[in-house]
Amino acid sequence: MKNLKLLLAGTVAALGLAGTAAHAERGTDGDLKILFWQAVSTMNPYLSGGTKEVYASSMVIEPLARYDEKGALVPMLVSEIPTVENGGVAKDLMSMTWKIKPGVKWSDGTPFTADDVIFTWKYCIAPDGGCAQAAQYEGVKSVEAPDPQTVKITFTEPKPYPYSAFVGAQSPVIQKKQFENCVGAKAPGCTSANFGPIGTGPFVVKEFKPNDVITLTANTNYRDAAKPAFATVTLKGGGDAASAARAVLETGEYDYAWNMQVEPEILAKMVAAGKGKLETAFGTQVERINLNHYNADPSLGAKRSTKEAGPHPSLSDPAVRRALSLAIDRSIIVEAGYGAAGKATCNIVPAPAAVASTKNDSWCLKQDVAAANKLLDDAGWKKGPDGIRAKNGVKLSFLYATSTNSVRQATQELVKDMWSQIGVAAELRNASASVFFGGDPASPDTFQKFYADVEMYTNNFDGTDPEKYLAEWLCDKVPGPANGWQGQNIPRYCNPAYDKLVGELSKTAELDKRAALAKQLNDMLTEEGAHIPLVHRGSVSSHSLKLAGVRMNAWDSELWNVADWSRSK
Amino acid sequence: MFTYTLRRLLFAIPTLLIISFVIFALLDLAPNDPTGDLPLTIPPEVREQIRASLGLDQPFFFRYLYWLQQFFINEPLNILERLTGWQFGDGSRMRVLSWATRSPVVDLIVQRLPQTLWVVGLAYVFGVLIAVPIGVISAYKQYSIFDQIGTFVSMVGYSVPTFFTGVLLVVIFSSYLQWFPSVYDTNLVVNDFSSFLQQVKQMALPVTVLSLFNASQITRFVRASMLDNLHQDYVRTARAKGVKEKSVLLIHVLRNSLIPVVTVIALGVPTIFSGAIITEQIFRVNGLGQLLIIAVQGADIPLVQTLTFIFAVLIVLFNLIADVLYGILDPRIRYD
Repeated sequence: MKNLKLLLAGTVAALGLAGTAAHAERGTDGDLKILFWQAVSTMNPYLSGGTKEVYASSMVIEPLARYDEKGALVPMLVSEIPTVENGGVAKDLMSMTWKIKPGVKWSDGTPFTADDVIFTWKYCIAPDGGCAQAAQYEGVKSVEAPDPQTVKITFTEPKPYPYSAFVGAQSPVIQKKQFENCVGAKAPGCTSANFGPIGTGPFVVKEFKPNDVITLTANTNYRDAAKPAFATVTLKGGGDAASAARAVLETGEYDYAWNMQVEPEILAKMVAAGKGKLETAFGTQVERINLNHYNADPSLGAKRSTKEAGPHPSLSDPAVRRALSLAIDRSIIVEAGYGAAGKATCNIVPAPAAVASTKNDSWCLKQDVAAANKLLDDAGWKKGPDGIRAKNGVKLSFLYATSTNSVRQATQELVKDMWSQIGVAAELRNASASVFFGGDPASPDTFQKFYADVEMYTNNFDGTDPEKYLAEWLCDKVPGPANGWQGQNIPRYCNPAYDKLVGELSKTAELDKRAALAKQLNDMLTEEGAHIPLVHRGSVSSHSLKLAGVRMNAWDSELWNVADWSRSK
Repeated sequence: MFTYTLRRLLFAIPTLLIISFVIFALLDLAPNDPTGDLPLTIPPEVREQIRASLGLDQPFFFRYLYWLQQFFINEPLNILERLTGWQFGDGSRMRVLSWATRSPVVDLIVQRLPQTLWVVGLAYVFGVLIAVPIGVISAYKQYSIFDQIGTFVSMVGYSVPTFFTGVLLVVIFSSYLQWFPSVYDTNLVVNDFSSFLQQVKQMALPVTVLSLFNASQITRFVRASMLDNLHQDYVRTARAKGVKEKSVLLIHVLRNSLIPVVTVIALGVPTIFSGAIITEQIFRVNGLGQLLIIAVQGADIPLVQTLTFIFAVLIVLFNLIADVLYGILDPRIRYD
């Protein structure tokens, strides 16, 4: 708790400093031109869930509190962050109370009240609404308003980390008056509300062309009379990442472009033109190789990768799992595919710093082919005439799946080559991202079905608390036909000791102890080889040198502080 | 001719119904999912709810009939209401909704049509205007320097893909020379000379790329067709009679040569509406082509279904138009 307070104090101080340095008048800096190469489909993040929609809408609608660029909570529409110390969170961890800042208004001039907050919760949990952010409201029993300025959230069970509902860009508050008749099955019909939500943020939607361009103007009722500095925002969509980077860094037609997934050397050349710069922020994304703990032999048919198939003939050997990790040179993968947007990692929870472990860095971060070879020799895996190791007729030859993406295919090639040095063969396969991540139970190529020996992709968690994320490796979360392939324990890892420790984490409230537990869980997954973490991935965006105030954020929307952005003269 | 046209139109109805069913079945069989692009932080049970709210939990055939009703009854009634101001029933009908934007598909298409017609349509017109004279001269002066250069340029235009020429033009004219913008502004309203100039500037690069591509294709047709006719007996007869060379070429040969060319041009018109997917992406023209490709990537099935079906209608229609034109232009052909 102390840490959190300290962070909060620091953030407030930083905000104060930024405030004094800023310009004094609203709407004096003209048009802010932003480019999203994946076009925005709607301004209602409850109906979409895509990152681009969440980011775009964050300029208009706001949550009660946000994360800043360091991952610390910042009050937005409330006067302070509730904690156990200040009495905002109940001692039994069953409820929390938010105090709304006085005088906050919607962009249409009406007052923002606790009623709107309650309505937002009801809107998202309404049956048949298909709310994409329903997970943010998980464990919330009720939301009440003791008075118009107070919101009380009651939980179904004690919540040691209660900051989820109405926190972060994923769960902004929408106006009751506007969405009252759009609840449940009626939600998609309210096109004009979904395209132009009334919000409390610095900008207001003027015109929305779906999947093309959004025009926004400064909110005349924004709570800070001096902000935003820009009078209008044009958010254009479409095209590809490389040409978006070019429009900012080379031609200077745009001020800001999101998500620069471009080869590092091409970006470096564009930056050399001297018109813009790159910003990188590291959140919790980790590219990993999952190792299948169940047998994925195609001859098993529908049984493969399920409990009935039995343990994997070779990957169930801890020595093999450790050797596969030792053989990989992560720094080469980072250099080739990620550049400044990646760091080698051995953790599945790489950030925030408080929960990032360093325990396994000593053996795991450095490639050690000799040690890997020795490990396999000692375990009895002998090289055959074709150079591939085998034991009792089982060959170390793996089907290696991932989604179609040039960086992933290049990484596959590199890993295949590294593994060949320890006598392990790999057959590479890739499936289109919308199929691989699509979750269609009828498709054999989804990452949940895992009809391969190893598979590679990126996952992360929202916010800064990894509890829910670490619970994905519980024994009962293994996907299979019984649960419609819906579990999140993709490697099919199962360890009762791990399950017990996760149970402990869910009952611990002190931040220090939570961090220690999270590290322990993370280390367990790496040491036991549930997966091979490869790259801690950052998000990269580019902006013009004339744009001031950008504080690149991986914990919330990148546009979280767009109200503070200005054009440097 | 009239009964022939009528018969063909009637035949088109079952054809289009079968096409719509095949498209729907193909899209349904494809292993694609509208929640596939969402961040993995959204848990599986929420994804299941999203799919249910899109109606994906309904059986296949029911969903198809539902789309038929929305597309063939609800949407036309809606358009009629808007045009005439009449009211049918209570006016609240379920329209074909896109899954990604949750807005009516027809509105999206109407929003995208202007930029596609301007950029892709204009490029088609320019392509034809450039292609015909080049094709005529190339054929008349076969194997001359002009013909060699024309053949070379059209081969280059035909074989170099637009994703290369497009990016090349952007690098030269936007990044290096900074003459033209690399991003198309769909919000631009032309109301005075300076905004008109801006519109011309932003259309210049995409139209050039597409014109080159279109012209190269059509030139080859014109040249081949001219060559066929230049060696016909009637040309020799005309020359023997002392008809001026200009009249021989432009009246006798050109008119006869254009018959197959007109057919080719008519058959190519539907491709204008389907947009130029790659060129639209490069210059961010965000027309129908970009709409289609985004919908395919995002598994926005109602949008893909409706767009591809409209393209199918256009193709069937322009096939008919090409056949009818053929009959009008060439008196030797009679359908009745």
